[in-house]
Amino acid sequence: MATYTEYPPKGYRVRMSTYWWLGKWPYLKFTLREISSVFVAWFVIETLLQINALIGGPAAYTEFQDFFRNPLVIALNVISLFFVVFHTFTWFNLAPKAMAVRMGGKRVPNILISGPNYAAWVVVSAVLAWLLLRG
Amino acid sequence: MAEQIAVEVTRFSPERDKTPSIQSFDVPLRKEWVVLDALNYIKDKVDGSLSFRWSCRMGVCGSCGMMVNGEPKLTCATFLTDYAPGPVRIEPLKNFPVMRDLIVEINDFLGKLSKVKPWIIRQKEKPVTEGEYLQTPEQLDTYKQFSMCINCLLCYAACPVYGLDPMFSGPAALALAQRYNMDSRDEGKEERMDILSQHDGIWGCTFVGECTQVCPKHVDPAGAIQQYKLTATQEWFKSFIMPKGAK
Amino acid sequence: MLDISSHDVLLIGGGGAGLRAAIAVAETNPNLSVAVISKVYPMRSHTVSAEGGAAGVIGKNDSLDEHCYDTISGGDWLPDQDAVEAFVKEAPLELMRLEHWGCPWNREPDGHIAVRPFGGMKKERTWFAADKTGFHMLHTLFQTSLKYDAVARYDEYYATKLLMDDGQVQGAVAVELSSGKVQAITAKAVIICTGGCGRVFPFTTNAAIKTGDGMALTYRAGAPLKDMEFIQYHPTGLPFTGILITEAARAEGGYMLNKDGYRYLQDYNLGTPQPTPVLRSMELGPRDRLSQAFVKEFERGRTVEGPYGAVVHLDLRHLGEKKIEAKLPFVRELCLKYENLDPVRELIPVRPVVHYVMGGIHTDLNGATPLQGLFAAGEAACVSINGANRLGSNSLTECLVFGARAGRAAAEFASVQRPPGRHLLAQAAEEEERLQDRFLNKSGGRERIATLREEMQKTMEQSAGIYRSGESLQHAAGKLRELQERFEDIGLDDHSRAFNTELVAALELASMLDVAESVIQCALQRQESRGAHQRTDFPARDDQKYLAHSLVSRQADGSPVVSYAPVTITRWPPAERVYGK
Repeated sequence: MATYTEYPPKGYRVRMSTYWWLGKWPYLKFTLREISSVFVAWFVIETLLQINALIGGPAAYTEFQDFFRNPLVIALNVISLFFVVFHTFTWFNLAPKAMAVRMGGKRVPNILISGPNYAAWVVVSAVLAWLLLRG
Repeated sequence: MAEQIAVEVTRFSPERDKTPSIQSFDVPLRKEWVVLDALNYIKDKVDGSLSFRWSCRMGVCGSCGMMVNGEPKLTCATFLTDYAPGPVRIEPLKNFPVMRDLIVEINDFLGKLSKVKPWIIRQKEKPVTEGEYLQTPEQLDTYKQFSMCINCLLCYAACPVYGLDPMFSGPAALALAQRYNMDSRDEGKEERMDILSQHDGIWGCTFVGECTQVCPKHVDPAGAIQQYKLTATQEWFKSFIMPKGAK
Repeated sequence: MLDISSHDVLLIGGGGAGLRAAIAVAETNPNLSVAVISKVYPMRSHTVSAEGGAAGVIGKNDSLDEHCYDTISGGDWLPDQDAVEAFVKEAPLELMRLEHWGCPWNREPDGHIAVRPFGGMKKERTWFAADKTGFHMLHTLFQTSLKYDAVARYDEYYATKLLMDDGQVQGAVAVELSSGKVQAITAKAVIICTGGCGRVFPFTTNAAIKTGDGMALTYRAGAPLKDMEFIQYHPTGLPFTGILITEAARAEGGYMLNKDGYRYLQDYNLGTPQPTPVLRSMELGPRDRLSQAFVKEFERGRTVEGPYGAVVHLDLRHLGEKKIEAKLPFVRELCLKYENLDPVRELIPVRPVVHYVMGGIHTDLNGATPLQGLFAAGEAACVSINGANRLGSNSLTECLVFGARAGRAAAEFASVQRPPGRHLLAQAAEEEERLQDRFLNKSGGRERIATLREEMQKTMEQSAGIYRSGESLQHAAGKLRELQERFEDIGLDDHSRAFNTELVAALELASMLDVAESVIQCALQRQESRGAHQRTDFPARDDQKYLAHSLVSRQADGSPVVSYAPVTITRWPPAERVYGK
């Protein structure tokens, strides 16, 4: 490797503000996307709590359902749903960046990578909705 | 009198000042002028001590990257009229130490570039008399985009990860590493893997994506890094499943 | 405070030729220490702006002799034919070496190197990486150079003087721009690869850094410059900016049109128009003839009047979007950005623009100058393979072939020399004092750098343009003497040490004034018309008197004096230049 001629460091370094992520919409969007993981985790915990309540018998499950009717929990879940959907969109949109699939010498258009992801999402959601709502 | 625009410029002299300050100049607003022309006007006609880097003024040498109204831009390819009626603020590239006025210290990048081994690595060199390594246009196309980097460092100025952690290798160096990894003539992927898959390498990137947005040559460093993350993960899995047989 | 560092070989200039030379030194003798001084980071060097391609015989229907003939006739029989033969022979090998180092050359569908036609070339032999060939070559060389431990870089150092001991060059004095520190860098051999001097003209494709620094360093050290009167105008520059539209645009089939939409080149003995490009004909004629045709067309009132002077049109519309995107993406990018027009649908306004200097530091086939220990290569040097007019795509290859040759020769020279002594430090101290007294600590100077620079550029354009006359050259010689005197009274606004770019601008202006004087003096003395040097008072070529290289040296009072050296003719006796037949 080439040796490097060093000179005394005397540049002025500007410190990044703690609130750098508020300065620009792309940075804020990025921060929201990162925060969305917290809400994804919350849904996982909820599911685990639900399973625990199911194991605990009808009384425990009723108690769990009461907890779910609490307006604060409903509000939290609405916000969580928003973030999880946001997370899903950003994740699917990232897929074509990470997967540079080539066919016939040309890079496959982004929509062909993210499209099936969205389609699968819709299908799985529809099946779940059918299972839950049919009866 | 012709129309004027106020140009606010960062001034800093390490010999004189503790911190940078802003100085405003009135510059003629001409429709064919780029921001760099305004800076040259100031240097030639008003204050010869204003310091900035520039050379080709056709967007390919990569010298004249600065923050224009807070956005990293090549000043030779950014028209002054886009900022009329002004004022327009010109500052040194963010995330780098300021050496003087609009000049920043970029040796850090050159060190990082050397570290990722941005050259063709071959197990065995073929003599030039035996001709070229064949490479189809399709193979060329796989890495061509990443080879377009002019090292202007706008991506580093846009990258908050680099701003917060100067140890991070950064978008351009990682994209150029990927440029050689993808080159069909190269056999150095494994050698580079150890360097790239460190914490300061690809895993430092949290995919903010702004590097790709500001790149004047459409290199897409964010894409390069995400692709490499996928490769590194696959390699990790392979070595996990077949610890001995894995290459 | 003065610093001293020592190396075996010192490169001044880190562009295409400099980096190639540095690698050649490292490969010739890995024990040698190589240093590269550059006033910009090497990847900013002007090689980066080269667009069209690099010539080297590779096609099965091509031959070395044909490349020789095109180069020699293109240079109006002024190139040294032994130099051209060596160049043409080594060209394909050097380009292949760059392929092995990773240069993304365009390819045929089967994976072999693709070549394109170019002006003045009878066969397709121009290797290309889309229309960013220089960019890719420079970055390939720079990135490859990073793997050599022996190569030390002095990025953003400006060389102000060559260190001399008993007529032998033993290093240079340089200013570290970031700190203003003056440093003596000694070496057993020095290679100058600082590029050309297009910035002595106001309207040029050349980057801001192309100020003839290395030529001036050499000239002041006592070695002659050669053939400086030959300044190449490229026929297709964008008005106002002077940004180059590559010759590849014509090689891919572009037309040159006057205000009536007429392919006017047919009126200038360049052949008859065909729908597709014909080699050595019409738009693929040599650059000197095309630029001269523009002036004639202007005189006939058949150019278009634009906001920045007369223009003609380059028409690419018939090539279609697909071809333009594949072969000329940078042309489209530049037109969209700087002219706000799309060549897929619109005509590109173009006019001749100063592009290249055929002349330079007088060297032999191995880059050696008459000064012991001093070598030169690239546009800064004149071997000469370009003669009175360079063919497009020969110069990138020249950087490689003669960069490598100079590197090898300097390495061999340095291997048998004793290290320079510390007594050179006294010269460096003297130089440091000069810089302080004349610029940094001086107050009360009344002349501004920009004023003198603009006057010089205007003088050069008016008297040493596409057509010259004895009268205008005589006037220019006087004017340049006056500017030299006024330069003594220069005053800087900036007296600080850290990144004093105004000091650099002053030193560059000093270089340009010396180089400009050498151009004018050579042009004044050559009383004939040949290639890019067209005298209205001597319109014919005169092989009796001027089949010779101009050698211009600096006299004690700073003024230039010209003498002549014979041209080497091997197998191609001087003849008429014929195009389009």
